[in-house]
Amino acid sequence: MSTATATLSPVGKSDVIRNTLTIARRNLLHIKATPEQLVEMSIQPLMFLVLFVYVFGGAIANSSREYLQFALPGILVQSVAFLPFTTALALNVDFQRGVIDRFRSLPIARSAVIGGRILADGARVAWSILIITGFAVLLGFRFQGGAAGALGAFVLVTAFGLTMCWPMAFIGITARTTESVNTWGFLIILPLTFASTAFVPAATMPGWLQAFVKANPVTSVIDSARGLLLGGAVATPVVKALIWMVVIQAVFAPLAIARYRRRV
Amino acid sequence: MTDSAIEAEGLVKTFGKGNVRALDGIDMVAREGTVFGLLGPNGAGKTTAIRVLSTLLRPDSGRASVGGYDVVHHPERVRGMIGLTGQYAAVDELLSGSENLFMIGRLLGLSAPVARARATELLEAFDLSDAASKYAKTYSGGMRRRLDLAASLVGRPRFLYLDEPTTGLDPRSRLELWGMIRALVADGTTVLLTTQYLEEADKLADEIVVIDHGRVIAAGTPAQLKTRVGGHVLQAQPADPADLPATQSVLASLAQDGDEPYTDGQLVSLRIDDSSALGQAVRRLDEAGIAVDDLSLRRPSLDEVFLAITGHLAEDEAEADKEQERSRR
Repeated sequence: MSTATATLSPVGKSDVIRNTLTIARRNLLHIKATPEQLVEMSIQPLMFLVLFVYVFGGAIANSSREYLQFALPGILVQSVAFLPFTTALALNVDFQRGVIDRFRSLPIARSAVIGGRILADGARVAWSILIITGFAVLLGFRFQGGAAGALGAFVLVTAFGLTMCWPMAFIGITARTTESVNTWGFLIILPLTFASTAFVPAATMPGWLQAFVKANPVTSVIDSARGLLLGGAVATPVVKALIWMVVIQAVFAPLAIARYRRRV
Repeated sequence: MTDSAIEAEGLVKTFGKGNVRALDGIDMVAREGTVFGLLGPNGAGKTTAIRVLSTLLRPDSGRASVGGYDVVHHPERVRGMIGLTGQYAAVDELLSGSENLFMIGRLLGLSAPVARARATELLEAFDLSDAASKYAKTYSGGMRRRLDLAASLVGRPRFLYLDEPTTGLDPRSRLELWGMIRALVADGTTVLLTTQYLEEADKLADEIVVIDHGRVIAAGTPAQLKTRVGGHVLQAQPADPADLPATQSVLASLAQDGDEPYTDGQLVSLRIDDSSALGQAVRRLDEAGIAVDDLSLRRPSLDEVFLAITGHLAEDEAEADKEQERSRR
């Protein structure tokens, strides 16, 4: 061991980005150690896609091929909405194991721990979108909204995935156990994704549910993605989706960061 | 550099709307280049003190500084000088040993090649080279502690905080860790050590504060603390166990102030104030025709110190306070 003891200089602003990247890299390395994560972000959404399209497709839309066109945007958004579970669970485990204590005792930017988490989850979200869309194309999905529409849909859905990381981060930091992370996460994400226009149009639902579906932020993201991927009116849903994303982040990012600072 | 490397004055920290006073006015001064021991039972406030001194918690009142920097006003400065090893090993289980150390090196601003070299150097020093590319979740308890300690040393900290570093370790791993801590101090590192093992504080620390219920109840060197209890313990081990009762009655004739000799089945012990009793013991045992294997005069252990200061044994309280400590997390 070296005899030199050195005093490290305090964090500069440019270090924030480097710290964030280092922690994002660390989070992505976890995928190597837990191959289940790869299943969760690749095979699970594909399974959903195949099941929904071939089980319900004929009944809902007369043919599974037609239903694939309708359901892909919904399945994309649903898969992406579930991915931030990892944000919540991983933050929770990091707190319980004392890893966060170690990070906080280092002379690094405090925002880098959450930032790195969300950046890594952004990469996972983008990966899921590419896998699902690629597979859907193999099954016969056709982009009817052009390249610009497709690109716009990917950006929007990825942004939605990142947005959902904040409320999930809040849950992960607040909850004392991983079990309660699971409970709260499902209670919130499952109704949001199902009570939406993801799998069927809202027209057949009872009035009170239609009201919820209309107000649901997930619906606005799905309608936007559907419009962008299939061609159609997008202005209203996109504006609604963007407003929702800003609101969700404006509420939950400060809450999550405040919790992170205060949790001992 | 000032002599007093870590200073605390009147530190108070309460939890749960002020109902639990984890720290109730702690004063302490640790000198640079020494091992400073915070000794106390579970729930005494040791971990809270470490968390305040490592900037993880803000004290309600009082002040503390490390290397001349206030922990509340210049936390980044303090973080740049310390290494923290927690009560449970805070290593990333889903990374390999070398990835763990590499990550910390990068976070501390080392370039990738330097961080890699530092990781290799530390893995070697802590006898983890063979397991370098294995996931930390596969490590044994002792290996995790070593990796955790290595992780806290990546930045060559001037101040190393060890929060119960050997809790749960087997005796051999504990001895190894002690050796590593001594080597670090020899290199100039200042170590702040918390422990509930009185023996550990005795073996490692230059100075000790004993804390209980968030208050300092005694302070000084291990030798001073033992002197505070006063006197010595005289111990005799008869060669023939059958001589135990006879040995006990010989020592009883030397007892003062109502003290009585006691035996554990092999040794007979007696607390005495006057060290000349050793000579008398030799003579009287000889006169009684008792052959002894061992006859010694020793200072009381820190266990006995704790008993004398608090009126109860450290272990008595450990169970009751464990719940409290857990609910605080």
